[in-house]
Amino acid sequence: MAVKSAGGGKYRKMSMSPKEYQAFAKTREPSRSIFGNCIRAFIIGGAICVLGQAIQQLFIHLAHMKPEDASNPTVAVLIIISVILTSIGVYDKIAQFAGAGSAVPVTGFANSMCSAALEHRSEGLVLGVGGNMFKLAGSVIVYGTVAAFFVGIAHLIFGTGGAH
Amino acid sequence: MLKGHQSWLFDNNPVISGAAAIVGPFEGQGPLAQDFDIVHGDLRLGQDSWEKAERMLLEEAANLAIEKSGITKESINFLVGGDLMNQIISSTFAARTLQVPYIGVFGACSTSMESLAIAANLVNSRSAKYAMASACSHNATAEKQFRYPTEYGSQKPPTAQFSVTGAGVSIVTQQGKGPHVTSATMGRVVDMGITDPFNMGAAMAPAAVDTIQAHFRDFKIEPGYYDLIVTGDLSKVGYAIANEMFEKNKFPIQQTVYKDCGMMMYDYEKQKVQAGASGAGCSATVTYGHLLRRMREKELNRILVVATGALLSPISYQQGETIPCIAHAVSIENEVRQT
Repeated sequence: MAVKSAGGGKYRKMSMSPKEYQAFAKTREPSRSIFGNCIRAFIIGGAICVLGQAIQQLFIHLAHMKPEDASNPTVAVLIIISVILTSIGVYDKIAQFAGAGSAVPVTGFANSMCSAALEHRSEGLVLGVGGNMFKLAGSVIVYGTVAAFFVGIAHLIFGTGGAH
Repeated sequence: MLKGHQSWLFDNNPVISGAAAIVGPFEGQGPLAQDFDIVHGDLRLGQDSWEKAERMLLEEAANLAIEKSGITKESINFLVGGDLMNQIISSTFAARTLQVPYIGVFGACSTSMESLAIAANLVNSRSAKYAMASACSHNATAEKQFRYPTEYGSQKPPTAQFSVTGAGVSIVTQQGKGPHVTSATMGRVVDMGITDPFNMGAAMAPAAVDTIQAHFRDFKIEPGYYDLIVTGDLSKVGYAIANEMFEKNKFPIQQTVYKDCGMMMYDYEKQKVQAGASGAGCSATVTYGHLLRRMREKELNRILVVATGALLSPISYQQGETIPCIAHAVSIENEVRQT
């Protein structure tokens, strides 16, 4: 930063260059506990998966569904739970603790859509809710589709079998 | 009157004849709750959008400040105000309701003192009899505009700050009862190349240091002149950095008590707000609620409030731009300054 003398000049102006400052500020950031975050993400993310598994077992045993048929209603139930928790303002609090644990499972996807829909409801149903619902989730869809396209091409070329 | 390079001395002694600070429910759970005029229990204030709630906060604070200073709305010459919303809609829309000649300003979170400095200058130069200064912010509108939807589950890093829901308004008059606005130092934009919008304390600290040093250079006084120097919303991370920078620059900040509004608003233990508070409403409500109360009770007689602002936009940081910052300092004193 240019040192420009103005007024009495008793106190020095900035004594660091931006580069020096960025390095200095970096060292003053409170550290994030990667290990702790991993453990918490594992526990909460795992708990969500256990819950999903339990719901699936309920569909299999109580509704006498085949395991492959039970997965769709299971996902729907998890989404509803996530949407309810988002709507009553709880999901974001869980997420502050859980980090990736609540962001990665399907509940995190539902939360991103529901929170955006809630947030933009005041701007109307079409341009507000409709236009903004995929604000955060949109990139997951875009890059999921792109990835699927390349996987599809690889499958076509190498034809490694699997379900058609 | 211009003092030094970038400061104004208000030699006609403008007075803050009335001020109001209104906050939301979360701020009402903090340690300063008793010092605010109204603590709302409902974050929405019964409105159907966050934006309307923010504007409502400002209108209420304006009306209360007018009432407290014992004047009528019609006698106010100018409202100088701003907020964090795009096109400062909270202030403009409140000005529509108030029907007072309006000067919109934007300095992000530094708006609180920017508006007060301009209002005091208008009154001091006899360009106004009564000028109203305002700043407000709302946690949900700021989250929505600058970050993610309020209910989106993202983990905030420890450097993140929590935007205050609150509005602070003051009425500056030529004479009357109340503390004097004695001087102001307008800051320059300082950008040290920080790009992380979740670490605004580190981005803003150099601007605060720059303005504070300029203030003392311009007025040729020592930090010990004030009972308290308070920065706007550097919070834990920025506050620690500012302290280290003062030390490095051999600036004798230890002569006085140096605090940060962003660290005073919430209870870190109970409220889990990461680094602390931010928002234009933070320094505005802490100053007009808490600090003016302490001045009335003579616990403090001379204070320097240095409101800090990060002048980023949601577009600028997504495009990878660094965060330009600014700080404006205003001194408030119980007695007229002897020059």
